[in-house]
Amino acid sequence: MTPEKRADYWRAHLNLLTLLLFIGFGASYGCGILLVEPLNALEFGGYRLGFWFAQQGSLFVFVVLVFVYAVLMQRLDRVYHATDADDAA
Amino acid sequence: MTPQALWTYGIVGATFALYIGLGFWARAGSIREFYVADGSLHPLANGMATAASFLSAASFLSLAGLLALNGYGGSVLLMGWTGGYVLLALLLAPYLRQFGAVTVPGFIGKRYAARSVRVVAVLCLLLISLTYLIGQMTGIGVAFAGFFGLSYELSVMIGVGLVAIYALFGGMKGITYTQIAQYVVLIFAYTVAAIFMALQLTGQPIPQLALASPLLNDPNGLSLLYQLDQVVTHLGFQHYSTHTLGSTFNMFVYTLSLMIGTAGLPHILMRFFTVPTVAAVRYSIGWTLVCLVLLYATAPAMGAMARWALLNSIHTGPIAEEHSYLLYAERPEWFKHWEATGLLTFTDHNGDGRIQYYDDRNPEFAVKAQEFGWEGNELVLNADVLILAMPEIADLPDWVLALMIAGALAAALATTAGLLLAIAAALAHDLMKGVFAPNSSEKMELLAGRLAMLGAVLFAGYLSLHPPGVAAETVAFALSLAAATLFPALLLGIFSTRFNQYGAIAGMLTGLMLTLGYIFQHKGLFWIPNTTFLIPEIGMGPNWLFGLMPEAFGAIGALANIAVAWLVSNFTTPPPQQIQHWITTRRASAYCDVGEK
Repeated sequence: MTPEKRADYWRAHLNLLTLLLFIGFGASYGCGILLVEPLNALEFGGYRLGFWFAQQGSLFVFVVLVFVYAVLMQRLDRVYHATDADDAA
Repeated sequence: MTPQALWTYGIVGATFALYIGLGFWARAGSIREFYVADGSLHPLANGMATAASFLSAASFLSLAGLLALNGYGGSVLLMGWTGGYVLLALLLAPYLRQFGAVTVPGFIGKRYAARSVRVVAVLCLLLISLTYLIGQMTGIGVAFAGFFGLSYELSVMIGVGLVAIYALFGGMKGITYTQIAQYVVLIFAYTVAAIFMALQLTGQPIPQLALASPLLNDPNGLSLLYQLDQVVTHLGFQHYSTHTLGSTFNMFVYTLSLMIGTAGLPHILMRFFTVPTVAAVRYSIGWTLVCLVLLYATAPAMGAMARWALLNSIHTGPIAEEHSYLLYAERPEWFKHWEATGLLTFTDHNGDGRIQYYDDRNPEFAVKAQEFGWEGNELVLNADVLILAMPEIADLPDWVLALMIAGALAAALATTAGLLLAIAAALAHDLMKGVFAPNSSEKMELLAGRLAMLGAVLFAGYLSLHPPGVAAETVAFALSLAAATLFPALLLGIFSTRFNQYGAIAGMLTGLMLTLGYIFQHKGLFWIPNTTFLIPEIGMGPNWLFGLMPEAFGAIGALANIAVAWLVSNFTTPPPQQIQHWITTRRASAYCDVGEK
């Protein structure tokens, strides 16, 4: 567990965070608030699309994001843990 | 006794017996078990309990009511409350678990290496949790009012008495199991009511699809949502699916405040501190969000259907025509039932004996209203009531209303229990044991915790006699306070090593003062009516800051907090070397613990 490796891990993790937060922002603040008017011109299964994003779509995106984060972080942890064991050996 | 009363006593009584039984079955053995959730739980079970802790009267009662009355504008609550869990999962909870936090003020005190910071954090926690508690007492009051048909004030007092007993006599023991049961009760009640409504209106059982389906026996085939858009605009109300809450900017900031406020709630955060691995923390939050979205994704359908049912039940003919409104003398049973509680009022402004319900603040509609001889809106309905009244309005079976009352009580009680635990931990563990009397015994700590709970219930009960708004608005104030105080302190504390104790104190106090100032200015000092201090003469009228509603102010408070904390930290000495080292190693240590239990 060297400081360089830790910094490396922290950076990889920050990149993942930024990407996921950006997607979440796009679904809620983007499609649900800022772009709601143009999107409302489109219909999505009986809903106006912008309205759908604000009251349904962004919620589902959030759920997916949290699980994607959990899975990808677990993978990242395993990769770093494995190489940690290699370093020790 | 009417069949309705029998059902209600039966179902509410049975659920209460279940909660008490679970509480006795799973008694807490130690002080640590008293404060924090059982660490050995499956992430899904922990998720259900956490969801019950979060799903309060605001979500169960006000949310659908506010969506019904505000349409698209109500989306801020949905996105804010659920988005908060994304921030919680990505920015706070897993790291706090890695830092070995026991309570939120405890972590803040350790990170900023000063007792004074811990005391300020306790103060913020108390203000947040007490405000949140007022919202729950409001919800319990509304549910009991619907239950007994008593006045709201009397119902609040009954609720306070009940919660006080619940808190004092072992109600807090085994809280996690009780909360799981409460989650099941509330989600079952909500879903059943929504499916019944959906079937009745459209013949489509899935509420979300019902909203997008045409009404039964309707020749023009428009979806319920589009129909609602037309009908409400006929009555001068704002267009349902596009009407914003204030400006787009207000909606943006409001959503942001709720999101970061939700992420910074101490009674939610502390549930993840004892989860055995950091990977389990991440999944637990995912399951919590799934449990929440089961309710939140149904709420829009619930709200729209309730609005439709309400409009239908007070019209005898085509909507928005001169004599289509129902005669007051012929008002239905649900109307009389809720009139008795004082939460629904009718004033016959034009003396025609009919119930005119339309938007009298809409200047374009005023001409039409005048032609009809309408002299103002005559029906005032509390948003918390709409959803409890809905089963009666739509004539659903008696047991559905009974189930809804049991669900509302479950939601309010589960959240109350979580809040009281956070308050007890802050006062007994952080303030007494951590700062003022480090030598106090475990027994004394427990006693202090219970007394703190009792005091909190009485205080919140008193303030909820004159609540600052419906449950969701009160909760929005609590979230604003969390957003402006604890969230920045936690976020900066984890992601930067440069912020120190002086910055943290100055930041939290700035955020707290500004946010409280703006809220009190609009709603009165500690929400006591007649103490508002808006000064329109100098440009401080309602929503004076860029049109922001007081509920939306938390994000501004958070910005001020961060700016002040940054400035002060940069002009004072950095945190000690060992603290900086502790932060950088612990926060990036998740990969070292793989495979550990």
